[in-house]
Amino acid sequence: MTDSIALARQSILAPVGLGDSDLDRLISALSSPAIDAADVYFQSSRLQSWMLEDGIIKDGSFNIEQGAGLRAISGEKTGFAYSDELELGALTKAADAARAIARGGGAAPVNIGGAPARRRLYDPMNPIESLDDAAKIDLLHRVDAEARGMDTRVKEVMVSLVAVQDTILVVSDDGRLNADVRPLIRLSVVVVAEENGRREQAHSGGGARLDLGWMLAEDRALGFAREAVRQALVNLEAGPAPAGTMTVVLGAGWPGVLLHEAIGHGLEGDFNRKGTSAFSGRLNERVAAKGVTVVDDGTLPGRRGSLNIDDEGTESHCTTLIEDGVLVGYMQDRLNARLMGMQPTGNGRRESYAHLPMPRMTNTYMRAGNHDPGEIIASVEHGLYAANFGGGQVDITSGKFTFSASEAYLIENGKISQPVKGATLIGNGPDVLTRVSMVGNDLKLDAGVGTCGKDGQSVPVGVGQPTLRVDGLTVGGTGAD
Amino acid sequence: MANLATADTTEQLQRLEQSIDRLLSEAKRCGATAAEAVVSASTGLEVAVRMGEIETVEHTRDHGLGVTVYFGKRKGSASTSDLTPQALEDAVAQACTIARHTQEDPCAGLAPAELMARELPSLDLDHPWGISVDGAVRLATDCEDAARAQDNRIINSEGASLSTHAGLKVYGNSHGFVGGYPSTRHGLSVAVVGKSGDEMQRDYWWTSARAPEDLEAAESVGRRAAERTVARLGGRRLGTRRAPVLFRAEQAAGLLRHLCGAISGSALYRKMSFLLDQLGEPLFPVFVQVQEDPLRPRGLASAPFDGDGVATAPKTIVRDGVLQTYLLDHYAGCRLGMTTTGNAGGVRNLSLRMGDKDRAEMLQALDTGLFVTELMGQGVNNVTGDYSRGASGFWVENGVIQYPVEEITIAGNLKDMFKGLVEIGNDHDFCGSTTTGSWLIDKMTIAGE
Repeated sequence: MTDSIALARQSILAPVGLGDSDLDRLISALSSPAIDAADVYFQSSRLQSWMLEDGIIKDGSFNIEQGAGLRAISGEKTGFAYSDELELGALTKAADAARAIARGGGAAPVNIGGAPARRRLYDPMNPIESLDDAAKIDLLHRVDAEARGMDTRVKEVMVSLVAVQDTILVVSDDGRLNADVRPLIRLSVVVVAEENGRREQAHSGGGARLDLGWMLAEDRALGFAREAVRQALVNLEAGPAPAGTMTVVLGAGWPGVLLHEAIGHGLEGDFNRKGTSAFSGRLNERVAAKGVTVVDDGTLPGRRGSLNIDDEGTESHCTTLIEDGVLVGYMQDRLNARLMGMQPTGNGRRESYAHLPMPRMTNTYMRAGNHDPGEIIASVEHGLYAANFGGGQVDITSGKFTFSASEAYLIENGKISQPVKGATLIGNGPDVLTRVSMVGNDLKLDAGVGTCGKDGQSVPVGVGQPTLRVDGLTVGGTGAD
Repeated sequence: MANLATADTTEQLQRLEQSIDRLLSEAKRCGATAAEAVVSASTGLEVAVRMGEIETVEHTRDHGLGVTVYFGKRKGSASTSDLTPQALEDAVAQACTIARHTQEDPCAGLAPAELMARELPSLDLDHPWGISVDGAVRLATDCEDAARAQDNRIINSEGASLSTHAGLKVYGNSHGFVGGYPSTRHGLSVAVVGKSGDEMQRDYWWTSARAPEDLEAAESVGRRAAERTVARLGGRRLGTRRAPVLFRAEQAAGLLRHLCGAISGSALYRKMSFLLDQLGEPLFPVFVQVQEDPLRPRGLASAPFDGDGVATAPKTIVRDGVLQTYLLDHYAGCRLGMTTTGNAGGVRNLSLRMGDKDRAEMLQALDTGLFVTELMGQGVNNVTGDYSRGASGFWVENGVIQYPVEEITIAGNLKDMFKGLVEIGNDHDFCGSTTTGSWLIDKMTIAGE
């Protein structure tokens, strides 16, 4: 059986004896003439994790979560309640609590019907069972041995492996029933290297909505170990980072976290409807240099940020946010799309049944340009090459954003020279992309480890970009004197 | 062992204690040589209003259980939100399956029985608030109204929200220890947007407490959010320079958290700390005294026992600038050849002895430099102590605020920053489990234009 709806019915509804007439009753309980939209979101998720440290498998855990969130919307008002008991009485109580947002009651019955799933970006399988436990343990040991065998300066290695199967089923007020079975895997490696009393750390890893065979293919997991060691050894040689505003070349791939922070959040529908984003009211205005095109694309097969449907049952989209430098689109969930008179874009996401959906990114990246990365480095007389990054943060209203380099080098006379310590970079979202003077031809997506936090809710996301030259970003090192 | 609780919560506590019993006996039945479990239940209400209208009304109701089984020196864990007897059994079975694959770890196991909390002191943490949805909406509205009325440059709002949560938590292990207690937490917060020309700025304020009567008044929370927001308007950048930096008390509390991260057991045994082998060494100037009081009545981080069941007690972390203790749970203690300090689950209610200068006097002491009121980004390296973060605040000359600044970074190394602490203010002004005044640090690198 590979139909997501059938799988979701079987794994969530059948064990607790809930049928279509019950779903119908819940939707009716949520509805009234004053309610504009309502939905019930069922979720069942299983997570298994393993952790290796000091060369031994030290810990592992298994987590099972299930529940349902019930939402009723009237105008801009949302009533919400959830239950971790999937039992009609508890769910009806939650529906009554959610509907209390609007007075009155008595809605026409609806017919529950499944919409045929058209998209198949990942298989509805359980990645936890895609490899037996002994083989997972063996994989962690091989990653550990690879990292330790590379260099005697490697002192500590920590490896973790997580596999999740998340099954969701959404019933909307029109009776439409949608489901998605979402696999997610992730491997992380942290390395501490030491030389002459100096210690430095680095981390690497990757993930996807695929089975664990992906980690084994092409020595991928061992590659993450090698990458973590390489970065830790580079950091052992790093000198102080410079301080001040300078030309910065950003590497391809994960440094696309720049886009996520600098413009992505500012283009989410909720902030723009409320007028609290630095990008509010700026549709059709130039917000980036010519040649800069940025999309949010939930339709990439197997990617960490991809979704067949979002958490409101809307099919995922590839939404163009910036086209050749001009702001052309926002990311929307149903509520904000309706209130702004726009179409939902498949960006309605929630951390779990116990959280309300809101507009969130999926995979956000800049399309490739035509400059060779070598040519971009060679064009800089004096500046910083930021090859890799940690996380970032943005103030949506003022537009100020930061992101922190984890691997960086000085550029002197068009050549990459000495490595420098990680430093925070700061800029202004509506302004930074206007300073992009060269876009590389080497578009790369990140390895699949990104998690985005907003209003206390975490969701998996992807980012990507080609090598970029930005004329004027502030680098927060200590090397001023 | 439940401490002061109403009849209703007493009954609920007993139910959760029964779940613990069931988990532990099931673990024993499966052959585990030791086990520990934690079970929790909570309910709550969260109401948000924006521009005078209700935005969301959320009713929350959560359950959770976690169980860890030990087979000699091997362990496995499982967790679930389902507290039915079948789910308890399944969770134990899952944990046992995991433990078949983990390896012997000489330090794995429960903390020694003699360290378990014997009596649970009453910490006065349980103050349920029977506020209605309408009542909650009214308070949140009052708060937002006060913020919007404070200044005509406040032109928009992200809304105000009021939350109230009541929960129960019970921990038990195969030493025979079972302890549980109810606690509540209430909060009110608001964020508003100010505008001047094309520039928009946002800021917020909040209050949080165990008892509703300890919350700051709604109007006061609103006014402070508005004051903080309009103070940011007209923000400029600074030229790159080195200068003294005054961290507002809220941001200084963040520096204390970095200290705690670096002296925590897990960072130390992994050698992922910039404060290795610093016990008994001076980290700060002699006037610095840091205390932890996990038993503070109504404290936001108070707890009678830690995550291992070990009794908590007040202690001195820094005396006369010298580091007195690490923060260890049982496992990290064993790894370091030391004894747990009752810090499984973290540090609880830190306080730093404040000096005698108020805000204005601290600005005088800063003289000419940067007054930091917000920090952004994750640029703190716990292994090296390297510190580089986005900042905003105010440029100060001769003790007087000149103008707001933004889009700059401040950088240094935490070890140097701790040593370079010149003075601590008495201007503690925020809610939270950490109590400190502002910190004046002698010199940092500011990067800007």
